Amino acid sequence: MSLHHFLILSAILFTIGIVGIFLNRRNMIIILMSIELLLLAVNINFVAFSHYLGDISGQILTFFVMTVAAAEAAIGLAILVAFFRNRSTIDVEEIDSLKG
Amino acid sequence: MVADLVFYLFAAVTVAAALGVITSRNQVHSVLFLILAFFTTAGLFVLLKAEFLAALLVIVYMGAVAVLFLFVVMMLDVDFESLRAGVKEHLPMGLFVGAVILAEFAFILSGVHVDEAVQTNAANIPNTQLIGQVLYTKYLFPFEIASLVLLVALIGAVVLTLRKRKDAKRQHIPSQIARTRDEAVELVKVAPGQGA
Repeated sequence: MSLHHFLILSAILFTIGIVGIFLNRRNMIIILMSIELLLLAVNINFVAFSHYLGDISGQILTFFVMTVAAAEAAIGLAILVAFFRNRSTIDVEEIDSLKG
Repeated sequence: MVADLVFYLFAAVTVAAALGVITSRNQVHSVLFLILAFFTTAGLFVLLKAEFLAALLVIVYMGAVAVLFLFVVMMLDVDFESLRAGVKEHLPMGLFVGAVILAEFAFILSGVHVDEAVQTNAANIPNTQLIGQVLYTKYLFPFEIASLVLLVALIGAVVLTLRKRKDAKRQHIPSQIARTRDEAVELVKVAPGQGA
């Protein structure tokens, strides 16, 4: 169990998150969950570096990433609910009212 | 080593859960896989001696964020099958981009060499205390900003989802105050024995 193990795991998780966004391009809920996966991968990176370099700052940064992720999830889901009320769908390709 | 085995177990479960999030047909299953991924990651954080963040991950992510997702998925009556229409045609593109990103990561990681011997927590201070000592001194200002971000998110979420219902009966205070005696009270002279 070395730093590289965690970095590889985090790289795999990050890739899965990005592939998830590509796969479910129409479903907004899955896209939001994929973003959560991306942030989780970043958090693993931060904590692993924090542990193996003996610097607590990485964990503080993870703390802030979690804060922003929680705020982002709340706002994203609020937008999703508002959008669903207006259009009765969560298809991302339907969000084009501003296109003119 | 036991720690190695635990790491490989947790890592395998995390990757499998992440794959489950993006591939499962049922949205509720996706959210449950997400919760599993968070939980195993909390286990990995414990392995890295970040107990505070592990607890935070369980409380904030599993307790709040994932449940929020679950609420929304169950609340919205969406035809999820129709949203999966383009998955097959997007698969090659997604796999290609994923392969490129993974290759880039491998390229970067092959060049990373860190002197891992450094461990400064010699005084055996608990992890939570260590975080508190740094968070409330060196990172005090970002900490305050974080609280502001959460406040904005809170108010923003309420404002975004608030709607005025037309069929609800509400109290209209100005019209109550503007009432005069003339339109509110009527004096009627009723003869004895004629009252209803």
